[in-house]
Amino acid sequence: MKNFSSVLLEHYANQGDKVILYFQSIGKEDLPITYKSLLENSYCYTKEYIKNGIKPGDIIILVLQHSLELIYAYYGAILAGAIPSIMPFLTEKLLPEKYQQDFQSLVKIIQPESIITYQEFKQGVFDQFSQQLPVHSMLLCEEIALEGEPLPAGLPGLTRDSQDIVLLQHSSGTTGLQKGVALTHQAVFQQLEHYSKAIHLAPQKDVIVSWLPLYHDMGLIACFLMPILCGVPLVMMSPFDWVKAPYRLFTSISNYHGTLCWLPNFAYNFCAKKIRDSQLEEVDLSSLRAVINCSEPVRYESHQAFLQKYRPFGFKASALAASYAMAENVFAVTQGGVDFPLVEDHIDRDDFQMHKKATPVTPGAAGVIMLSTGRPIESVAVQVIDEQGKLLGERQIGEVIIQSDCLFTGYYNRPDITEKSVLNGWFKTGDYGYLAEGEVYITGRKKDLIIVGGKNIYPQDLEAIAMEVEGVHPGRVVAFGIFNESSGTEDVVIVAEANKGAEDKEEIGNAIKEKVTRNSAIALRHVLVVDEKWLIKTSSGKIARSANKEKYLAQLHLPN
Amino acid sequence: MDKNTIVAQVGKKIAADILKEPNKIIKADEAIISSGLVDSFSLVDLALIVEDLYGVHIDDAELSADVFDTLNQLADLVLKRL
Repeated sequence: MKNFSSVLLEHYANQGDKVILYFQSIGKEDLPITYKSLLENSYCYTKEYIKNGIKPGDIIILVLQHSLELIYAYYGAILAGAIPSIMPFLTEKLLPEKYQQDFQSLVKIIQPESIITYQEFKQGVFDQFSQQLPVHSMLLCEEIALEGEPLPAGLPGLTRDSQDIVLLQHSSGTTGLQKGVALTHQAVFQQLEHYSKAIHLAPQKDVIVSWLPLYHDMGLIACFLMPILCGVPLVMMSPFDWVKAPYRLFTSISNYHGTLCWLPNFAYNFCAKKIRDSQLEEVDLSSLRAVINCSEPVRYESHQAFLQKYRPFGFKASALAASYAMAENVFAVTQGGVDFPLVEDHIDRDDFQMHKKATPVTPGAAGVIMLSTGRPIESVAVQVIDEQGKLLGERQIGEVIIQSDCLFTGYYNRPDITEKSVLNGWFKTGDYGYLAEGEVYITGRKKDLIIVGGKNIYPQDLEAIAMEVEGVHPGRVVAFGIFNESSGTEDVVIVAEANKGAEDKEEIGNAIKEKVTRNSAIALRHVLVVDEKWLIKTSSGKIARSANKEKYLAQLHLPN
Repeated sequence: MDKNTIVAQVGKKIAADILKEPNKIIKADEAIISSGLVDSFSLVDLALIVEDLYGVHIDDAELSADVFDTLNQLADLVLKRL
């Protein structure tokens, strides 16, 4: 039976000495890791899991830094037949109390058997609320000795059926943690098969270089599971290291002759602006055959800025690629820019903004350049529907729905929200877009979701935090994202109504900034504190996010 | 160059270039990294500001609240390397 463990064991038996991973951390030598060492170290975690009564199908939550321990703990869970789920680590910006609250609600829904973390983290964070955590064991990675003994026969992971759930993926935040995307072995393998084909993945030639976090589908699937399951060498650094030293991505690509890299849109701007040529001496990017823009709306301007900056270092325009992806389809829905350049669609601005149509622009009229995300990969079907669920035609903008042989099983233990997201076997993505000549274009989002630097943020989480600030009128807060041309991603904006007679508005604004940052780890750039009755409500009395966003933008453009 | 000048100059650049609030005054002993005032995406800007103003290099591994968290501490680090 083909499952994750059987595939890993094949690599162990057939090419145990192949270096599959180069692990990088600032201030240390790169560490080459073979399949043999990867799996034998992972097995040390497997033994600990089994010793603690973890059985196939049990869930283990991994609360570990981006580190080798995280990697071993992950594959250790796979070999034990358990279901790993990575929880983002607590950052210094976020208040521990808020983290505990989110964690508790996660545990309540998914009911994990066990949590694995560090001694220090357990004492500092978990011990204070361990009574409220109904898990059977809390494991510490310091207590696991890496003995490197050969893998035995009959590992529990080998008994997993292809229809069994292999992993859970969560996005962060109070709302994101409610939705654990459950994927089967089969769904992941089918995605990898179709996606490998779409990008012509070649284990003998390709090298993947990544700084992406593993609690997100792009990092987890494209830059962690795919390379290791498919035998493609992976060069990996921590997102926390990368953000301080973004040039290291390019020195790594140059040193290891990297061929493939996945980046969210903001990283194109970030890399174009924040790296000096003096940091790129002797860097050669000519080995790159695809840099794939994924997980945020793809911007033409971001690609151009990146190309201009890196062309002198050997980067080829033909390597600019894009993909439309989501955890609910394991990863990719489309792929573009690999077989032929990404298609640019020049559409009429008025038709686009007022009539939900993507009409090719006529000479002289105002236009918008849309970049295609490519064509659906094999076995994935894409359609566009209107508000009533009726199928729309070519170049009509509506909600994108997808169907495939690698769709998720559901949001774990949440049949209610799973049911809402599916329509006659099609998954409703919540994204707006259109189809033209076989290409898929994504234009925006139906759901109120803000994406900052590739990270999904639910506005309701931020609004709830801001409402706790003294002087803010309860229920009268709105959060939304506005696109920032310079950073290539969204800025988060909060507009809050102050109580009548409230003191200094600037003070309230500062208090909101601080509170939201400490409780969500999101840096707020713009907070506007307004008088009562500023915010627009819908007829049902809800705060209308998009209408208030329009009002805010209009006000910004008013002369002072 | 004295410490107060460095504190004032760097503080002004952070307010204008990173926070986009040119009138904001950052106190010399205020936490700027652990508080999230300078978020992780802007740490690299902070290193570039210091390099441009004083020609002092801050290593990647030093961009952390453990090494410096206030303008005072940053100014001390700069003075040592001038």
